[in-house]
Amino acid sequence: MILQGIAFYVFAALLVASGVMVISARNPVHSVLFLILAFFQAAGLCLLMGAEFIAMILVIVYVGAVAVLFLFVVMMLDINFRELRKGAMEALPLGALVGLILLAELAAVVGGWIVAPNVAAIAGAPTPSIDQVSNTQALGRLMYTQYVYLFQASGIVLLIAMIGAIVLTLRHRPGVHKQNIGVQIARRREEVVAIRKVTTGEGV
Amino acid sequence: MTAVFPDIWPALPEIFLALSGVALLMLGVFRGDGFTRPVSYLSIVCMLLAAILAMGYGSGRVVTFNGMFVMDAFGVFMKVLVLVSAAFAVILGLGFNEREQMSRFEFPVLMIFATLGMLMMVSANDFISLYVGLETQSLALYVIAAFRRDSGKSSEAGLKYFVLGSLSSGMLLYGASLVYGFAGTTSFDKVAALFAGGAHVSPGLVIGLVFVMAGLAFKVSAAPFHMWTPDVYEGAPTPVTAFFAAAPKVAAIALLTRVVMEPFGHLAAQWHQVLVATAILSMVIGSFVAIMQTNIKRLMAYSSIGHVGYALVGLTTGTQDGVRGVLIYMALYIAMNIGAFAVILSMKAKGQMLEEIKDFSGLSKTNPMLAATMAIFMFSMAGIPPMAGFFGKLYVFLAAVAAQEYTLAVVGVLTSVVGAFYYLRIIKIMYFDEPAVVVDKVDDDGMTGVLVLTSLFTLLFFVAPAPILNGAAAAAAALFAG
Repeated sequence: MILQGIAFYVFAALLVASGVMVISARNPVHSVLFLILAFFQAAGLCLLMGAEFIAMILVIVYVGAVAVLFLFVVMMLDINFRELRKGAMEALPLGALVGLILLAELAAVVGGWIVAPNVAAIAGAPTPSIDQVSNTQALGRLMYTQYVYLFQASGIVLLIAMIGAIVLTLRHRPGVHKQNIGVQIARRREEVVAIRKVTTGEGV
Repeated sequence: MTAVFPDIWPALPEIFLALSGVALLMLGVFRGDGFTRPVSYLSIVCMLLAAILAMGYGSGRVVTFNGMFVMDAFGVFMKVLVLVSAAFAVILGLGFNEREQMSRFEFPVLMIFATLGMLMMVSANDFISLYVGLETQSLALYVIAAFRRDSGKSSEAGLKYFVLGSLSSGMLLYGASLVYGFAGTTSFDKVAALFAGGAHVSPGLVIGLVFVMAGLAFKVSAAPFHMWTPDVYEGAPTPVTAFFAAAPKVAAIALLTRVVMEPFGHLAAQWHQVLVATAILSMVIGSFVAIMQTNIKRLMAYSSIGHVGYALVGLTTGTQDGVRGVLIYMALYIAMNIGAFAVILSMKAKGQMLEEIKDFSGLSKTNPMLAATMAIFMFSMAGIPPMAGFFGKLYVFLAAVAAQEYTLAVVGVLTSVVGAFYYLRIIKIMYFDEPAVVVDKVDDDGMTGVLVLTSLFTLLFFVAPAPILNGAAAAAAALFAG
């Protein structure tokens, strides 16, 4: 139990620290790297809660795909972040005001929060029980059995998004020479090399 | 707990369409853009086959996929309408896309996926499946609105539609989440059962209901959520506009009908005023603002807003006759709408598309057949007997009078008179003004076919109205059976 406690505080502290670093790092590439670190810490927290599937998905999807995509975007788009931050100080009062309003609203909501008396009991006894199925299995049962229609339909939505992105952006430019390895290899010496006798001082 | 394989037969048209969409995509990818015409033909065949599959469903109500999906006679009628109008829209796009150098095989494939989304909307039986169906449709439509990507107007149309569409999806989702919060379920059947049992209707739920209806009103482009329509209709390539004005409207009207009749069938007192306001605003804006238009596509946009208003009149009554009126109206509306767009697509001089209303001047002298066809559609849209459009309005207004919605019926008739002005103005321009440009002959067989079919249907509907009237009656009855 004490080991779990230590692990929780280590993960949580690192998560918060790397979260702060994401927004305070000067170099955007460092920001993304800290974001990846934050994802790993969050995955660790999920693991502690017994949500091993979510933890793995977090690492695979967020670290493997999303963060790498961010990294690409940050490196490809030449955005001058220092320029962007220039006006930040002038906008500070307004930003602070919005932040304060949000904080007051949150305080109002949390202050009026009443936890239903039987929530702890329900949360403590998930259905189906963990003794019977692992949560990967339980998620799979939901996604591929109960909501299989929605799962398939979402697949089609993603397919349409992919087709759409290609249709609207892919351009075949004329005049671009592409390597055709077949033709290249099939070339014979006789077709491309001609031997001429050149008289000295006259040229071809 | 063992998993039971869901009953997939009610979803056969959807499954067939999804698989054929993927297959045609592969075909296009491997054969390249030169293969666009075969892919388009195949996509038309697939849509019509899916319509036959839908018709083969029969009757009776089946709920499957754990309550996500419902199929009944209402679904059959609406799906056939959607599929047939989508197939016509693909035909309209064939020649245009080749002339305008935007002929790419993704076009019919995206149309198939948009149609698939519409079928899913028609069969939604849960707020989540409603949303997923709606997004499947919308996402494909955003892309085809911007399909002519070299044109600033088309890109603008796509972007505008995307931004406003996302906003409306947000409203719909917010409404659905409120309904879920206050009703405790997203399933249409369970919500219906809850209120059939006389559960307390909390204000939160009513707000949710209004948000859901606002989101759907955006999709049918009913006023006051119509702002996107004229710009998108004008900017999008014309075949796409024809598609927008037909199939997605039918699907969204079907969805709206199902939502107000099934889960909220017992809350008529709550949604009635919302629909009345929307219907009146749509009819008024659709008829008055259209008078000022000079571009024929913008005119059609306002005309479609007006037509949605008339269809909503039927829905407001909340009666079986009212719903039957809506279904008949939509069936006749898409026929004359596709026909009118076929004429607009045939309007070109020396290969240049003509989109201004003044370009129609003297059409009766330069191309009498085309002028006569357009006159049929305009008379029909104005609601002049014996054209099809008259019967659409007749059944809707009859239902409104029977349900003692006199205000709506009176406003409807008055705005029809105003609407008749601008429809008849086009006929006047075609027949009594001097020709300005010489319009090319219609050289596209598919286009000729569409023109002949839709104009004959519109002209001769009164000879044999039984199939559509009976189909609509059966569909409306299915919605009230449960």
